[in-house]
Amino acid sequence: MEIPYTVEPRPDTGVYNAKLGIWLFLASEVMLFGALFSSYVLLRVGATTWPHGYEHLNIPLATVNTVVLITSSVTMVMSWASLAMKNIRRYRLYMGATIALACVFLVIKGFEYAAKFEHGLYPSESTFMAIYFTLTGLHGLHIVGGVIVNSYLLGPGSRMWKTDPARFTNRVEVAGLYWHFVDLVWIFLFPVLYLL
Amino acid sequence: MSEAAPGAHGAVHTDHHAPQGFWRTYVFSQDHKTIGIQYAITALLFLLFGFTLMMIMRWQLAYPGQAIPFIGKLFGDSRAPEGIMLPEFYNQLGAMHGTIMVFLGVVPLAVGAFGNYVMPLQIGAPDMAFPKLNMMSYWIYFVGGVTMLSSFLLPGGAASSGWTSYAPLSVIATVGQTVWLFGMICLITSSLLGSVNFITTIFQLRAKGLSFMRLPFFVWAQLVTSFLLLLAFPPLEAAGVLQLMDRLAGTSFFMPSGLVVSGQPLANTGGGNPLLWQHLFWFLAHPEVYVLILPAMGIVAEIIANNTRKPLWGYRSMVYATIFLGFMSFVVWAHHMFLTGMGTVISSFFQATTMIISIPSIIILTALFLSLWGGSIRFTTPMLFALAFLPMFGIGGLTGLPLGLAPADIHLHDTYYVIGHFHYVVAPGTLFALFAGLYHWFPKVTGRTMNDTLGRIHFWLSFAFINGVFMPMFIQGLAGVSRRLYDGGAMYAHAQGVLHLNVFMSVCAWCLGLAQIPFIINFFWSMRKGKKVSDNYWDATTLDWAATTSPPMAHGNFSTVPEVYRGPYEYSVPGNGRDFLPQNTPAEVH
Repeated sequence: MEIPYTVEPRPDTGVYNAKLGIWLFLASEVMLFGALFSSYVLLRVGATTWPHGYEHLNIPLATVNTVVLITSSVTMVMSWASLAMKNIRRYRLYMGATIALACVFLVIKGFEYAAKFEHGLYPSESTFMAIYFTLTGLHGLHIVGGVIVNSYLLGPGSRMWKTDPARFTNRVEVAGLYWHFVDLVWIFLFPVLYLL
Repeated sequence: MSEAAPGAHGAVHTDHHAPQGFWRTYVFSQDHKTIGIQYAITALLFLLFGFTLMMIMRWQLAYPGQAIPFIGKLFGDSRAPEGIMLPEFYNQLGAMHGTIMVFLGVVPLAVGAFGNYVMPLQIGAPDMAFPKLNMMSYWIYFVGGVTMLSSFLLPGGAASSGWTSYAPLSVIATVGQTVWLFGMICLITSSLLGSVNFITTIFQLRAKGLSFMRLPFFVWAQLVTSFLLLLAFPPLEAAGVLQLMDRLAGTSFFMPSGLVVSGQPLANTGGGNPLLWQHLFWFLAHPEVYVLILPAMGIVAEIIANNTRKPLWGYRSMVYATIFLGFMSFVVWAHHMFLTGMGTVISSFFQATTMIISIPSIIILTALFLSLWGGSIRFTTPMLFALAFLPMFGIGGLTGLPLGLAPADIHLHDTYYVIGHFHYVVAPGTLFALFAGLYHWFPKVTGRTMNDTLGRIHFWLSFAFINGVFMPMFIQGLAGVSRRLYDGGAMYAHAQGVLHLNVFMSVCAWCLGLAQIPFIINFFWSMRKGKKVSDNYWDATTLDWAATTSPPMAHGNFSTVPEVYRGPYEYSVPGNGRDFLPQNTPAEVH
């Protein structure tokens, strides 16, 4: 007996298995980052002094990174849309772009980190630097996870297009949902850490 | 549903496997039943190990400063020179007992084992929605468990800051704490994967006709439990990451300014908040209490309906109470922190929510009690354990009420009263329910039944001794004896009057250990030599007993796609030849 609803949605719930699964996973991710943001608030409220983000952090670089990530979300949607229009070549192009943009983000983040370390700013410097490195580091790990999944879907995983195109399209959609979430976390991180 | 000849598939595992190798079949299996068995065996071993730690601690509590007999020399000079336990080693045992029992024993057995094995069968699913993910959650749990255990071998030993790992104590503790955090992150990840899988399975893979109000109560309990795991565990993961940063990167998330340890000011920058850890920890750990108890209630409900031969009393109110319980469990966490100086306003809020959350628990317990009324009860071994669960959980729950009120909690906080309270919930409560479940589903898993006489010996001895262990704790706690005391209170004047109870409790604990021997013998003996029984040994109505054979095949749980026509507990329906109507029987027989 095969497991049902791996491809087509179940009529009464309206979703296929993986889609429900990823939404549940994202709910747990909301709780993870929610807890960290709450910790940020509690630590900041309790602190005697708290630096403004722009005193220590590089806003132009972060702005570029914001644009890069939002663009990568757009290309992610385009890659899924290409599959929905049965165009695997366009899919490869857009998926490749998504991965490349993610790597650009990581490289820029790497430069930011390196500049901090050069100035002797480590997580142990202050509670602000500690929460900055923890939040952006954890977010960075999520980006790395997304790059791994997307690379799989671009490379070996794309063989499924030949055998089960509907399921492969679903996989890309699910990976996209995750990717938009990671993007969304950054959209919260950027003002909280850099601007406020 | 075709009825196979009883015992046609008598071996412990089935003999009709797809052509897969040994590793794929037994070790890296993706079949929910095999994974359930893996969870069960691993969790039972962890329970035994965690209990052993406590039996060693009980020696120190009963006879402080005396050499541990027989095994004392085995621990080495760093833990117990001349067989006399060092305080540091006592703290390690305490911290690891709590961690192992909760995170490696009870939850994996209640959710990982019973949930994995029974839930897909009860909803008529071919397997879990994500079999690979299911395999991964088991193996990540296994790695986390082994990591935890190995920390005993580190220089400085295992984590020793209690199962709650309160900062700043845990931040300055030995390297065992770092390993504890790594282990916890594994366990959390495993739970997250598992809960995503469980919820998706219950929503997506229910058999045709199995609407939500026709789900067996056990499935409802697993569903709410999974939501709790899904949403409550990530904050602890966040807290774990922050504590790892504090320990490894020198940050001060949980470290206040100006901390002095052993006369030396600490080098960290300070500015952190030790209360933050407690908030994040209890935000998980209070829902965790319901993770411990809800599956147990689910098991007990199944067994009571089956053995009273009548429908559960108030099935719908039990379901709504469970859902409400799930919601409320997220807003009661700070009743563990009344003594931290949060302020009376916050305390009042959490007092009120705590009193409110007792209502759904009482609804469920009352419904289970009323289900007994007018039933023709079969006193089978699982039913004995299920019946014992009711008053034991009742004692555990009711003794919690004074702890939920800040004025009473000021006196009782961190005393043995608290230990007695939550052990009544989890040990004679949840663990008895889990034993009930083991006896109940053993025939489905192995095709053989467990020995009734040994089961009854196991039950009555356990029942007597477990009360002997925990009941005196209330007395000691009310007298003001603090928990986590290395000498069991011998040093304190106010404890002298109740000190004699320590020996009694310890002897009961060791006898409780001995009382598990009949169970262990029974378990292994029945696996090979137990009486072969038919598929539906208990004449039950739910779909798990309609699965092809006992044990069900490794692939494909049902010979035909099951369809459901009625609610889960149609027992003693008038005008029917038998006293039970399975959910998948098409029409009533008149």
